[in-house]
Amino acid sequence: MYEIRIHSRGGQGGVTAARLLALAAIHDGKYATACPFYGAERRGAPIVSFVRIDDKPIKVYSQIKKPDMVVVLDASVMDVVDVMQGIKKGGRVFVNSASKKEFDGVSSYHVDLTGIALKEKLVVAGSPILNTPVLGALAKMGIISADSAKKAIREMFSDERNVKAAEAAYQEMIA
Amino acid sequence: MRKIATGNKAVAEAVKQAKPEVIAAYPITPQTEIVEQIAEFVTSKELGSRYIPVESEHSAMAACIGASITGIRTFTATSSHGLLYMHEMTNWAAGARLPIVMANVNRSIGPGWNIWAEHTDALQERDTGWLQVYVSTVQEAYDATLMAFRIAEHNDVLLPVMVNLDGFSLSHIMQPLDTVELGDFIPSIHLPHAIDTEKPTGYGGLTGPDQHYLFRWEIERSIRDSVKVINETEADFAHRFGRKYGLTENYRCDDADIVIVAMGTLGKEAEVAVDNLRNEGVKAGSMRIRWLRPFPKLELKGKEVVVIDRDYSFGFGGILAKSIESQIKRDVFSVIAGLGGQEVTYEDIADFVRNHRTGEEFWFGVNANV
Repeated sequence: MYEIRIHSRGGQGGVTAARLLALAAIHDGKYATACPFYGAERRGAPIVSFVRIDDKPIKVYSQIKKPDMVVVLDASVMDVVDVMQGIKKGGRVFVNSASKKEFDGVSSYHVDLTGIALKEKLVVAGSPILNTPVLGALAKMGIISADSAKKAIREMFSDERNVKAAEAAYQEMIA
Repeated sequence: MRKIATGNKAVAEAVKQAKPEVIAAYPITPQTEIVEQIAEFVTSKELGSRYIPVESEHSAMAACIGASITGIRTFTATSSHGLLYMHEMTNWAAGARLPIVMANVNRSIGPGWNIWAEHTDALQERDTGWLQVYVSTVQEAYDATLMAFRIAEHNDVLLPVMVNLDGFSLSHIMQPLDTVELGDFIPSIHLPHAIDTEKPTGYGGLTGPDQHYLFRWEIERSIRDSVKVINETEADFAHRFGRKYGLTENYRCDDADIVIVAMGTLGKEAEVAVDNLRNEGVKAGSMRIRWLRPFPKLELKGKEVVVIDRDYSFGFGGILAKSIESQIKRDVFSVIAGLGGQEVTYEDIADFVRNHRTGEEFWFGVNANV
């Protein structure tokens, strides 16, 4: 079972990112669950959501304590939350950032998702949309296939700019 | 067709296919998504039901009762305080023998104010005459809701059915969902005591001491008969759609020395604990109680039992633990865990087994040494 923890801020689409990722994994023929942790969220507060992917049905409902991978949609949460907490040795971290962040004992990946969203004018209520471009980055990392990522995005969003943003993230990322 | 859905959306999808003629509901966290989604189906005309947005849960159940007595299919959904606010009317629905189907998203009772999973809400309804099923996956939420209509409306039952799913841990989790082509799986409803304006009859009249006990007995007789109806319905569902359930879901129980009994998502997570314990050489099994009413006959002979209650009856004990002890006529290890959404992992569940003390009660997070 591959376990992914997504860090974001309320309103940034972390829950939708989890849903899209799980949906894409299902399209890949796998089992997946997406599970937002519901606390006392409000817009802007740091939140986490979880995705589990496996070849067999997933029976675990509790929170992910030892993730294989951490996704950080908003690098500023790293100032207030230990995003690396419990990450497995040899795990991977993806940060939405123009520059690479170094972490001990894990492989670090980055793409400027915010820049891509602004370039594609993917902005809702003043906030850039990060949950569709991040799927491109995760496809590049081999978590899901690029075809399933696009299929999942198209199922949930009719605006084709979401797919374009995911493709841009896929191309910009150095895997 | 395979899609991804939350537990709430899965219930709404099943309701859309079962096509109740009247839906009356009031929103409450974490159930709101069910009635929101159904309201959308009605607005978009994907579902031709009459949707009554009532001003309270008491009225929601009253409206379902009024609609159901005309002989039509009805549905509502609620949670926690909403369910308790209905309590007078839930008794009425069962007593009047109305096959209403309700989804209840299990949530704790305040104060302290809390919106997370606990079974005490539905368990406070256990003596009303409703049938109750507890589910553990998004798929099961969908399947059980479809089956609930057929079971409730069966002429050997004619009692309301409550489908219970854990707040947030199931209501809001997203999992794969395979929907079915329903066909004639749910026959059209025929309520023998439906209001017929051609043949006026009195309803809800006084039943004296010489008659009332007969009405009570009729409820009990039908609940006993419902076992057969549940088994038949689940067998036909398995035959048509390939997914098999049961009064309980038993996992690696046959040769087990010790069995974990739980309900809902904890009952599913317990299966992971069982696999891990087996790898350590502990012959563990898990038994997830699906149908709480009718309460199943549990096959626990010769096995030690660890019961996880996500509920409590103050001054008495874990409701499941006490029910099971009364049936098997011996002590269990009673664990009280998961109240108000308390985090309980498969590792914690394995610890309950490793450190079990038959005859004792253990409050997870309160007692020091497990």
